[in-house]
Amino acid sequence: MSTIQILFFFLTALALFSAIMVLVSKNPVHSVLWLIVVFFAISGHYVLLNAQFLAIVNLIVYAGAIMVLFLFVIMLMNLNSEAEPRKHIWMKMAGVISGGCFLMVLVSLVRQATDMQQRTALMGSGNVGLIKNLGKALFSDYVVPFEISSVLFLSAMVGAIVIGKK
Amino acid sequence: MPIQYYIYLCLALFSIGIIGVLTRRNAIVVFMCIELMLNAVNLLLVAFSKMHHGAALAIDSTTKAGIDGQLFVFFIMVVAAAEVSVGLAIIVMMYRNTHSVDINFLNRLKN
Amino acid sequence: MSKLVYLVPLFPLLGFLINGLGRKSLSKTMVGIVGSGAILASFIVSLCIFFDVKEHGATVVNLFSFIRTESFSIPFAFQVDQLSSVFLLIITGIGFLIHLYSSAYMHEEPNEHFGRFFAYLNLFVFSMLLLVLGANYVIMFIGWEGVGLCSYLLIGFWFKNDNYNYAAKKAFVMNRIGDLGFLLAVFWLLFKLGTVTYGDVFANVAQLSTFDITAITMLLFVGAMGKSAQLPLYTWLPDAMAGPTPVSALIHAATMVTAGIYMIARSNILYTLAPATQTVIAVVGLATAIFAATIALKQNDIKKVLAYSTVSQLGYMFLGLGVGAYTGAVFHVMTHAFFKALLFLGAGSVIHAMHHEQDIRKMGGLKKYMPVTHITFLLACLAIAGIPPFSGFFSKDEILMAAYGKNPLYYYIGLGGALMTAFYMFRLYTMTFLGNFRGTHEQQHHLHESPSAMTIPLIVLAILSVAGGWIGIPDVMIEHGHQLEHFLAPVFAESAKLAEHHHLEASTEYMFMGVSTVAIIIVIILAVNAYRKYQDNGAENTGLGKVLENKWYIDELYDAVIVNPLNALAGFLKNVVEKSGIDGVVNGVGRLVGYGSRQLRLLQSGQVGNYILVMVLAMVVFVLIWFNDQTIMDFLSKIF
Repeated sequence: MSTIQILFFFLTALALFSAIMVLVSKNPVHSVLWLIVVFFAISGHYVLLNAQFLAIVNLIVYAGAIMVLFLFVIMLMNLNSEAEPRKHIWMKMAGVISGGCFLMVLVSLVRQATDMQQRTALMGSGNVGLIKNLGKALFSDYVVPFEISSVLFLSAMVGAIVIGKK
Repeated sequence: MPIQYYIYLCLALFSIGIIGVLTRRNAIVVFMCIELMLNAVNLLLVAFSKMHHGAALAIDSTTKAGIDGQLFVFFIMVVAAAEVSVGLAIIVMMYRNTHSVDINFLNRLKN
Repeated sequence: MSKLVYLVPLFPLLGFLINGLGRKSLSKTMVGIVGSGAILASFIVSLCIFFDVKEHGATVVNLFSFIRTESFSIPFAFQVDQLSSVFLLIITGIGFLIHLYSSAYMHEEPNEHFGRFFAYLNLFVFSMLLLVLGANYVIMFIGWEGVGLCSYLLIGFWFKNDNYNYAAKKAFVMNRIGDLGFLLAVFWLLFKLGTVTYGDVFANVAQLSTFDITAITMLLFVGAMGKSAQLPLYTWLPDAMAGPTPVSALIHAATMVTAGIYMIARSNILYTLAPATQTVIAVVGLATAIFAATIALKQNDIKKVLAYSTVSQLGYMFLGLGVGAYTGAVFHVMTHAFFKALLFLGAGSVIHAMHHEQDIRKMGGLKKYMPVTHITFLLACLAIAGIPPFSGFFSKDEILMAAYGKNPLYYYIGLGGALMTAFYMFRLYTMTFLGNFRGTHEQQHHLHESPSAMTIPLIVLAILSVAGGWIGIPDVMIEHGHQLEHFLAPVFAESAKLAEHHHLEASTEYMFMGVSTVAIIIVIILAVNAYRKYQDNGAENTGLGKVLENKWYIDELYDAVIVNPLNALAGFLKNVVEKSGIDGVVNGVGRLVGYGSRQLRLLQSGQVGNYILVMVLAMVVFVLIWFNDQTIMDFLSKIF
């Protein structure tokens, strides 16, 4: 097994384990921390795929900003107690089973998709993920959506303030 | 890496997110599961982007194929950030009114 | 010239539109001029067409395609031939005189109702013209229905009186019963022959089986029964006296009741090929003639007597049709139109003078107050009684002679009816015009002759009543005297070929004429003698007289046998079936939906988690359905 393969499986295992831990943690703060681990694992995958810009952005935006925001809110509400109301055990079973079915069906679908056979993702090389190329594309072909997204941000900011002020 | 591995990983992450949404009642945890699902999709998009790029490179060494996939991820992050800011504001509001973050308290689309 | 035939119905239609729309703004004079002028214009065109037909023969004028389908087409076409041109003259000629008369008779009506009246009259004439002119049964049916509608509107003209409305409804319903028969016959023809155009139907009549012809002719005859007031659908006609008197004249003389005769005369080939139907028609006609005559013997309302006399005379016409004397029937339609219009207009003149008093027991001695009305009325009575050389004699004689040829019994019964006719007509005449005046002093003070707009039509009609029969003088008297028969011969040619001829000896015919004339004169003398000194002593009729006065209790019989059971059934349907059945079903459906939605609402819990759960499961199901192929199934079965 090459290094890349080892790293891939390690990161995959880490991501899945952490994701499950997000669910099973009773304390929301722990969930947040496990989620940050998931994001780190995903960022590791980005690096493996040579998507360096996205790896960094993922860390900064998700693990840095968004998750801090989550933590902030949880602590503000003093939710670290384990007082969360629990769902009925049957509801939980139903949720797990339906989610499992969903996974099962989609996996079987992918397995029989001939289009996906023998296709590989380019690892460690290729330059589309470099910040230089993405930046060029972003400020030429995608400049309008980019600017529109800034408007979206502005409106989200205004919306958050209006809601929070009530 | 075979693309199927990535697909399986992403499906698994996505399904875990779904199960989280279905089984937890804490609004913040539900919200985090949604973030998890978004990230699963992001990873899949990047993987497909690299798949196309690899396929195109064999023909043309200067190709930029697959760049749109990564830009999509970028925009998804933008939207996710906006969504989180508004969503957390709503949760704070809700907590202020009901002193709970239980989504079952939100079963009336009024008041 | 025949191309202009569309003008004939067009003028009354225009008159209807102008008078109907402008009834509030037009003055009475204007309305009268428009209404009468439209009919006069039609009459002039009809005259031209009559002479054109006489010279050039029959033709069919196609106006436009009315209904066209894959399997059949019905053109909007007009049949211009001898039969229709004769009827055109009768309708527009008599119609014009009645319009002229109405402009004076109805002058007391308010402006708006005066306009409405003339609009209806014009529409009535228009419908009748359409009926007569149509070149197929569907166009005829349009006119047929239009005539029924107009009779309803005019009988109920004074709609503030409930009884009049009731009479109008009765006329309408009775007509509808007949119309159903007509409609079924038209459908039957269309089904069997694929055409309803006269020419095609009569040409292809050989394709029909005997049963078909008999059924079709019987159904058509049911239609004729309704329109032409034969047993058992006659009761509407006497009640139709509720309308203004000119309307009665129009219904009885020029339009409406002659429609049935016209229709059967038009379809004469079908009837000639259906001897069973002919027998039915003859028997029904004869029975109606006698039956109505007996009722007329004891009626005291001047218009009721005339109404029953019309029913009776129509019975004669049907007898004529039934024994194959189509020309005789048409001839009698014509002469009857003359003298019956005259009688009604004369009666209207009397009623006008008597301030709407219609009871002949309160009249008498009007001879010296109303000379013109008196003379013309007397001439009409002589004509209807069948005194030679007045018109009624020739037409009635022709029918009776044909009946004798078919079956002598028909003749004797018919002659009995004719004697009764003479009796009740002269009873009416005597009680109205002879003897002493029996009304109030106030009425006597106001007695006057009617204005000239009313007397001129009377005089014209009187001349026609006297001389109208001379176009149909039997061949035994004058060689080729029967001009009408020669004129109409092409229409009845096919029937004439098929029918068996009974030529009576000239001496026999003269003998019958003589005997009947003498008998009628004796009856007239009896009637005049019996009622000349009539005094209203308030005595009730007893025995048969009472039964006759009450019209054989037919209305009561219909009420008991048909109307009341129907009312009871309707009440049952309303109270039981409607309330517990229909309402129950409707309310039950409503309750079921309400209950179902209450139960269904429980699914909508508001719990977002449940929604998402359902959504995920639905996605699973959709994927399974869409990508339902062996690989997935194999994989899944491997796992489970």
